[in-house]
Amino acid sequence: MISRVSTSTDRPWRALLPVAVVLGVMAFGLTSSGYVVTVIGFAAIYGIFCTGLNFFMGYTGQASFGQNAFAALGGYGTAILCGNHYWDPLAAFLVSMVFAGLVAYLVGLPTLKLRGHYLAMATFALGLITYEISIEWNGLTQGYMGISGIPPLGVWKFELANEKQMLVALTLLMLLGVWISVRLRDSRFGRALRAIAGSEPAARALGIDVARYKLAAFVIAALYASAAGSLFAHFVGFISPEVFGAAMVIQSFTMLFLGGIGTTWGPIVGAIMVLMLPEFLRGLKELQDVVYSMALIALLIFAPKGLAGLGSLFARRPKAPVPTPSGAPARAIAK
Amino acid sequence: MTGTPLIELVDLAAAYGQVQALKPTSLTVAEGEFVTVLGPNGAGKSTMLRAAMRLTPASGRVRFRGRDITRLSTHGRAREGIILVQEGRGLFGQMSVRENLILGAYTIAAGESVEARLEEVFRLFPRLKERFGQTASSLSGGEQQMLAIGRALMAKPKLLMLDEPSLGLAPRVAAEILDTLGTLNRDGLGILLVEQKAPQALRLAKRVYVLSLGGIVAELAASEVGSHHDLSRFYLH
Repeated sequence: MISRVSTSTDRPWRALLPVAVVLGVMAFGLTSSGYVVTVIGFAAIYGIFCTGLNFFMGYTGQASFGQNAFAALGGYGTAILCGNHYWDPLAAFLVSMVFAGLVAYLVGLPTLKLRGHYLAMATFALGLITYEISIEWNGLTQGYMGISGIPPLGVWKFELANEKQMLVALTLLMLLGVWISVRLRDSRFGRALRAIAGSEPAARALGIDVARYKLAAFVIAALYASAAGSLFAHFVGFISPEVFGAAMVIQSFTMLFLGGIGTTWGPIVGAIMVLMLPEFLRGLKELQDVVYSMALIALLIFAPKGLAGLGSLFARRPKAPVPTPSGAPARAIAK
Repeated sequence: MTGTPLIELVDLAAAYGQVQALKPTSLTVAEGEFVTVLGPNGAGKSTMLRAAMRLTPASGRVRFRGRDITRLSTHGRAREGIILVQEGRGLFGQMSVRENLILGAYTIAAGESVEARLEEVFRLFPRLKERFGQTASSLSGGEQQMLAIGRALMAKPKLLMLDEPSLGLAPRVAAEILDTLGTLNRDGLGILLVEQKAPQALRLAKRVYVLSLGGIVAELAASEVGSHHDLSRFYLH
């Protein structure tokens, strides 16, 4: 009989708890004013964006400071195709994703040969280049003016009529994004990515084509980012270069680390916390930013694995191994 | 030795910057042969294995079953059936024993039973079965070494290369692991073992290479080591 540790599958309530929390937040949004709906809608969009980023940074252990470029491709793709050419939103959404995936593939081929800080800088440059293009290519993007009049999300003749319907759609799409991410993570492909995160030489020595898998993870993250960009365009009805600027990168990193990088629900928890906490602190007026910053620092100090990692504090721990003559349990191992 | 060697390293050489870690070195392992490479710390043993696996840039040639695989990538060599158990074991500490083992089966063709491979590994290392759900980092040193070898076996290797598997282990555990290697070799698995000092490894091996200061200084039958005064003094006692 093979001994097993308990998993979330053994205790379904643990797997369903985050879903219940997400649905609870959505329900709160549906009973609230338009402004709260907007904030929670942004959290869902960022949740999708960060789930993709988590795939590349959390599961694969790589650094990308340029995912905003792919969100911009999705956002502008949707805005141009739907706003200027009256495409069906679903078709524009999918075509933008394919285009972003193709760009990620072409950019990733040379870029992903870099590692660590160099990869981070190269991807950051990608974000800056996209930002500049979105400003300078006036004929296509309308520069700083941005593109307005983007229709709401819809399929064929059915259109989501108001923000609350959009919120329901965004939440369901976010849960779909998480589900896909979990399925990928637990697959042979996902295990290979986690092996790469553990040790690239060790992964290579096991027969894993590291370069190909890193590229695949980069493309997947770009698809998520593009989807988030498209949804933002539909949700707000307007986009401009600032939406996809460096602030997006910083904010998504905060969400990822605060929520718990490399965890399933961390990106979602982080997105909700980072976007909703300032709203709860609004009553503090001029002290709002100070208290918000202090709260973020405190969370990072006391929950270094992120908010999603706090659950492990209450998890049943496996029995300690029986000491053997070879000594105490050793740690860390992948070279 | 007759027939085509399993692996053939021809003038394999590697350097770290200006330091020549491995001078042009040639070595062969026949099908089903157990070969041990002995040498002191810093002799270039690990570099030789890493170069053979293309984990370190190297000059020279590598042939596997008569085919030149010099330009083949590391993962390509693993798919050919060359598996290296690295010094430090190269385990994924945050993954469970089960996940580490399943990753070992990464190269075996779809449809082949991973479960059957797992059972085979558990037959050799029953302790891994008891630790199935634990993270690799929570295992003792000996168990980690068993896991590293077990994971390598999941790939159904044709050649198993091991870099000092007894390092840091209690003599009894090291002996247990080397006994298992002997069993695997008797079942037909080619083994290239690198050790600093291992009387038991010499008992298992058919041939021995001695590496010193980055180059091979002796090649002899394992049974002859005892009759060489210097070798016997360094490596048997």
